[in-house]
This record gives sequence, structure tokens and C-alpha cells, in this order.
Amino acid sequence: MKQADYVIIGAGPAAVAAAETLRSTDKSGSIAIISRENISPYSRMALPYFLTGQISQKGTYLRKSSDHYKQRDITLYHATVTSIDPQNKHLELASGGRITYGKLLIATGASPVKPPLPGLDLPGVHNCWTLDDAKAMAQRAGPGANIVLMGAGFIGCIILEALMSRGATLTVVEAGNRMVPRMMNDVAGNMLKSWCEQKGMTILTSTRVVSVAQAKGKLEVTLDNGASDLVDLVVVATGVAASVDFACGTDMEIEDGIKIDEHMQTSINDIYAAGDCAQGRDFSTGFWSVHAIQPTATEHGHIAALNMAGQEAAYKGSLNMNVLDTAGLISSSFGQWQGVEGGQSAQNLDAERYRYTHLSFEGDRLIGALTIGQTDNIGILRGLIQSRTKLGVWKDRLLKNPNRIAQSYIASTLM
Amino acid sequence: MQKSLHISADDCTGCYQCVLACSDAHGHDFNPVKSVIQVFRFEDEGRDVPYTCTQCDEAWCQKSCPTDAISVDANGAKVVSEALCVGCKVCTIACPFGTINYNADSGKVIKCDLCGGDPACVKACPTSAITFVHSDTAQFNKMRDWAGKTDAGSQQST
Repeated sequence: MKQADYVIIGAGPAAVAAAETLRSTDKSGSIAIISRENISPYSRMALPYFLTGQISQKGTYLRKSSDHYKQRDITLYHATVTSIDPQNKHLELASGGRITYGKLLIATGASPVKPPLPGLDLPGVHNCWTLDDAKAMAQRAGPGANIVLMGAGFIGCIILEALMSRGATLTVVEAGNRMVPRMMNDVAGNMLKSWCEQKGMTILTSTRVVSVAQAKGKLEVTLDNGASDLVDLVVVATGVAASVDFACGTDMEIEDGIKIDEHMQTSINDIYAAGDCAQGRDFSTGFWSVHAIQPTATEHGHIAALNMAGQEAAYKGSLNMNVLDTAGLISSSFGQWQGVEGGQSAQNLDAERYRYTHLSFEGDRLIGALTIGQTDNIGILRGLIQSRTKLGVWKDRLLKNPNRIAQSYIASTLM
Repeated sequence: MQKSLHISADDCTGCYQCVLACSDAHGHDFNPVKSVIQVFRFEDEGRDVPYTCTQCDEAWCQKSCPTDAISVDANGAKVVSEALCVGCKVCTIACPFGTINYNADSGKVIKCDLCGGDPACVKACPTSAITFVHSDTAQFNKMRDWAGKTDAGSQQST
């Protein structure tokens, strides 16, 4: 039986950030990262760029030096955890073995969810989630290939360009009435749609796939409008869910993810959670949300590790934010972009040039923002929201011209 | 001791020499969009304010990078490795100052790298509004204090 003072399940950004913080905080404690995939910890964020061939497999690794973990005396352990025994502080492994922990961090991330439709387990139907998925998709997505992409959410959108750049013909099927419905409002989501159509893709919103079947050596995809098409590859990007199955046998509190307190501790003593599997404090609302984004993962991992190593650290909550490159059109969303009751909003729309800014305020503070076609200084939107800066006269100026974000920040904080 | 850019907006005349020198140093071109220092004009107040990365200790950009593409060089500058950056842009929303930005031409992000310890903007500034000084200055403390306010990631209670 193996044991470590700190055991981390999962090997993504939250896990690696936690392991590094643990090592810098506790020089001597033993640290083990348990990974289900037998590969150096890598970034799923980088997979679209692997798919285009822009980077090698090593280019996806979270840390590039081959002895990064060894140098820090962090053990990488390839195993699948099947259950947790919090009483005896050990993990059961699929291989039959056990690992005993002093403190445990669950950083298992999320897993793609396939809708319950016939044919989604056929060969040629793939998620876009792991490095192996990317390799399998690359094989089928060659020049001239016909592809159906199910789901125009964040992941669907970010792989559009990679699929197109391989010379494939692409049809996107999205159940919502616009693209990225959970990140973009009607104006922005439909702007993305028209951009993609201009690039030669077929975008079907308010449409669902009802079945996939094998036919004539290809895959026949049937839609709820009765249409069907023969394709070479079906990519399923309809959503993900926190990977928490192995924790279900415990009395750990789990909703959309594992509920964690401000110290990243779960409802069970000495068990912490971080990243996409964790439902932590939402900076904007004060409620608990899963924010499956890289900055939250590393912040969670860092704070969890400090607490696990005995240095009390409290987390003020994560800000939901995203930046997305949809076949070359860059969009971003921050915080409560939907606005709040009684709050004002401002927008600037230039549909022809694919530029859009939408700001939401509560009183004279910025609480949310959406942008399309802008890349300069967009981080300031995070800064203004998260510092709860009182904009004073600049709020009225932003209502008149939402593009003066940088000036409003500089004037409110530096002048 | 580490040196930083010190910006005294009161001395800025809005001549944009820093911007042109920076774009020449980084983009081999006299083109403001290739500069990593910007000058913002405030017409109502009649002021110009140069603005760039403070090389903050929190290193939001570095911590949020999924491919380990941002490191700290000998001058304390956070520098982007063009070879490792995949252009995912997460750093551009993570940095609360908005001073690391995506460059569509290169498909990578760009930010101030202090020109390897000899900043072109400083040499170009005719009024010493931008100077290269030891890091402990009021302006930078002010920005760092503000960074502290936004620091959702690392508040340690004592």
C-alpha cells in the first residue's frame, strides 16, 4: 500500500498549481499526483492548437522541463481512483490497490457529457476533450471530410477553426437560439453565427441532432427538422460535467460540483477540491458556482494548497470570464454580462465590422461585460469588475461611449 | 535591486515618442498598434497618460498561462516565449490591468519586456515622464495596492 502526506487526484492546471504551492510551502511533505492518463500533465486549453498541428504534444504540457516534477519531489502516479474512504483516509484504485493520504485534493476536472441519443457510441463519433480525442479527430478530419459538430458552446467554437483549417466541410448544430448561449447575449451570439457563415460553415441554431447511424461506410446524422446528412466525423461538444463519480459513495456535499468553503475544503475534513470539479464561491453573486476556467483552476489550486499545508488562506471568489476565438473572431465575457435588475447597461455595435461592446453596471460599478472584435486592454474589464471600482463621472461617459474602458480605469485608479 | 518603469503622467506632453520607439523596438516598425506602451489622452482634463505593464508581483498573466509560456527574466520582467505561446489569450483576460494583449499578426500575445533592461520608451521620452528606476516608487506601489484589491487569488488571512 502506498501513501503520501498530500495526494492530488487529477493532473490539470489546478493539480499542478497545488502541487507546486504545496512544495514551496512544505519542503519535506510527500506529494503525489494521481493521473488517469499516462502522460505528463497537459493543458486541454492547448488541444485546439495541437489539432491544427501548430504545436507538438509537448507543446500542450503544463510544464515543459522533463524533470520539473522530479526536481520538486512530486510523484506522478498513473492510476484511476474508484472511491474514497474518508474514515480510513484512503483511496481505492481500479487496479485493486490503495493509496493512503494525509490531506487530499480532488482536482479531477470535468468530463464531456454525451446526450442520450442513438448512435453516439459509434466509431467516428468523438468528444473533443483529451489528447487521445484530438488525435482521433485529426485522423478523420482531413481535407474534404464532412463533419457535424454538435454544440456551439465554448469548446465547439474554439475547435471550429482547427477543423476548418484541416480542409473539412463543417456543419454546426446548436440547440440554443444563438452561438455560445451561456457566454454571449443574442446580439453577440448571432454576430458569431454570421461570421461563421461568412467563413463557409453551416450553422444551424435552435436545431438538435436526433440520431446517428452507420450508412454507406459513413455516419448518417439525422436532425429534428427531418434533414439528414452523410458525414465522416461527428464531434460531440454539447457540454461537460464535474468528474465526481468516485466521491459519490461518501457523504460529501455535491451539487453542480463538489461544494467547497472559502478555504477550498469540502464538507469532509482534510479533503479539498479545486478547479472544474469544484463549486466554489462566485465573486459576482456570492453564491456557489462551477467556473470551469483556467484562472479559477490555478487560483483554487494555489489557495487549497496553502490551507492543506497549514497556512490559512481565504478565497474571495472567482470571476466568471472567458475569451474565445471563433474562427478568427475574438470575443470575451466577464462577470454578470446579463446585467442585474435595476442596473444600467451600455452598448456599442458595429455589425459590419464585427465589433461589439456591452457593459453592465450596478450603481456606478461595472459588474459585467461582453466584447467582440476587441483585443486591446480587455483585462481591464476584469480589473474594474473585481476591484469594484466606483466609476463616478466615468460611468456616464461609458454610458455614452462604452469603448472608453481603459480611460475610465486609468482615471478612476491612477489619476 | 530590481528596476521598473516609473511613469510620471504630469510630465507627459502626449508626443507619442515612447509609443513609436516601442513599436520600433518590438515590431521593427513605427506603428502604434505594435507598441506595448500606450498613451491615453484625456481631452476633458487636458492630460496624456502613458500606460504599460508594471511587471507586477502577482503575475496574473504567468499564473494563468496554460502552456508555461511566460517566465520572469533577470530584470524581473515577465516575458512571453513566442515558441511556447499558443495564442489562447487567457492571460489577456486574467491580467486586471489589460497590459498583455493579443497580436493577430503573430497569433501570440505581446507585453512589455523592459527591452532586456534598456527600455526604448525611456530613451525616447523627451521630458523624463518615463524613467527606469528602482522599483520602490509611489506610482508602482499605487498600482500594486490596487492589484491587491483585485487579488481574488491569493489573499492570505493572517
